[in-house]
Amino acid sequence: MNNVTRLLTATAVCVALAACSQKVKEAPPTDNGNNNTGASTSGMAGDGKYGPGDLDTDACLRQRVVYFDFDQDTLKPDFQAAIACHAKYLRDRPEARMTLEGNADERGTREYNLGLGERRGNAVSSAIQGSGGSASQITVVSYGEERPTCVDSTDDCWSKNRRVEIVYSAK
Amino acid sequence: MKRLLAILLLFLPLTIAQAQVLDIGLVVGNESALPIAVVPMPYTGSNLKPDTDVAGVIRDDLNRSGQFRSVPVDTIRGFFADKPMPTRGSEVKFSDWKLLKQDFVVVGRVIDESDGGYRVEYELYDVAKQQRLIGLFDSGRGKGLRDVSHRIADQIYEKILGVRGAFWTRIAYVTATGLGQSMQYSLMVADSDGYGPQTVVKSREPLLSPAWSPDGRKLAYVSFERGNSTVYSQEIITGAREVIASFKGINGAPSFSPDGRRLALTLSKSGNPEIYVMDLTSKSLTQITHHFGIDTEATWTPDGQNLIFTSDRAGKPQVYQVAASGGEPTRLSFAGDSNAKASVSYDGKKIAMAQGSGNVYRIAVLDRSFGGTGRWQTLSPGNLDESPSFAPNASMLLYATKEGRKGVLYAVSADGRVRLRSTVSDGDVREPAWSPYRQR
Repeated sequence: MNNVTRLLTATAVCVALAACSQKVKEAPPTDNGNNNTGASTSGMAGDGKYGPGDLDTDACLRQRVVYFDFDQDTLKPDFQAAIACHAKYLRDRPEARMTLEGNADERGTREYNLGLGERRGNAVSSAIQGSGGSASQITVVSYGEERPTCVDSTDDCWSKNRRVEIVYSAK
Repeated sequence: MKRLLAILLLFLPLTIAQAQVLDIGLVVGNESALPIAVVPMPYTGSNLKPDTDVAGVIRDDLNRSGQFRSVPVDTIRGFFADKPMPTRGSEVKFSDWKLLKQDFVVVGRVIDESDGGYRVEYELYDVAKQQRLIGLFDSGRGKGLRDVSHRIADQIYEKILGVRGAFWTRIAYVTATGLGQSMQYSLMVADSDGYGPQTVVKSREPLLSPAWSPDGRKLAYVSFERGNSTVYSQEIITGAREVIASFKGINGAPSFSPDGRRLALTLSKSGNPEIYVMDLTSKSLTQITHHFGIDTEATWTPDGQNLIFTSDRAGKPQVYQVAASGGEPTRLSFAGDSNAKASVSYDGKKIAMAQGSGNVYRIAVLDRSFGGTGRWQTLSPGNLDESPSFAPNASMLLYATKEGRKGVLYAVSADGRVRLRSTVSDGDVREPAWSPYRQR
């Protein structure tokens, strides 16, 4: 990376951060070797439809993690914009497929948390379908508390683990 | 260099598995435990000396139960420094054991068996009554001498307390080692004292919820190796296994019926987790619960008539009972904020569960012997205690907790007075399941 690239990337990240709420986690952009300045790719294709490249560059589509409150599966308003973007992506690209990976924090039993993770995955699935995404494009998998991103027994850590990750299996 | 690394990686998991031994140490003691002396049992045969200290294994077993306080071997050796230690009844002088303040004394010796194995001849005496309570022998080959020792401890336990011993049993548990991409999950089976751990399943994806078949020959468990949760049933000896359930959604929480013919499990193929019972011969499914809440973690009452399970139908997770043929569930837990993952004692009178109050989760036991809504007792002092599992004689329970970033197991006596910590040397350990009685 040269200095200009670095600066441009930093600018893009700042813009992206400003565009989304504090709690949203960024999916890291993939380096495809040519278009990796980050700032050079536009959010929308010419026809107003999303393309696969937008998953790495579009600030809204790069929000791939939805967080929840303890023992809850209610979607918080902070994530409505991201849900709408992913629903649009599914509408724009009928060949796209996504897996919604539901997760829970370590409190509560493992099997109960499998249920809770699935409920969260279903909540995101319903919201995406409510915004026009097709059920046939979405698979929900629950990992319960088995795949924590953070292993400390603290509120901060727990809040990071109560999540649904949006993973595209076909772009 | 690369090749060397590959070879090292190949051997690494095995080495770790072999290093995993449950290290059991007494945390809290029981003042009212019965004093018993288990005199060293020398090998008097002419073959290779066995590497199992039979009297030592018996002593440790009795101590772990919390019901006995066995006199340290050094005290016995010191007392008999200038005279021979008794190895048979005719050599027992009751005045010696009265002096040592022992209620019971066990003597014995290891001799050769004609098949090349070993035979332990042993006797148990009541010191106050000057009476022989047991005079028996038991045999085993090589490593089987540990099994023999556990069976002798069971005999002693039962003779004195009138309750069947559960030392000759096994425990299953899941360990997780490594981090991130190199995470390794193992389903382990070990003796009840943690010795001889063997890996029965190894996977890069999570493993959970091991459940024993009533004959102790199979384990059902949940594995994510296919990407989604899948329920397997596996023969422990051969390693042969079959997929029991791999439906869309959750496939979890297996539990064998007491007759071993049916399996209760949780499936969310209808859209949300419900309890089902599968006939293991025909594989046909009967849906037991019908509720939009999370219904899971079913376990059978000993008569096979009812299922006790976790449901959040009232808001938070609570423990319910329903007829194994279906019907309207009855709520059993009315203490703490939440209750989950029940383990039922062999007589059906006690139900252990993980009870949550705020951010604190402890093992609580609901005793239904007295009728009404039952009596509660909290057995654990931790913050994130879960997964209680009764020993087959209900004298003790295993449970999992977290210390720092690591999962550890504890064993606690049913009255909560004795608690033992079990750790593995590497990684964390969770999901304990105490086996049924072993069969010869």
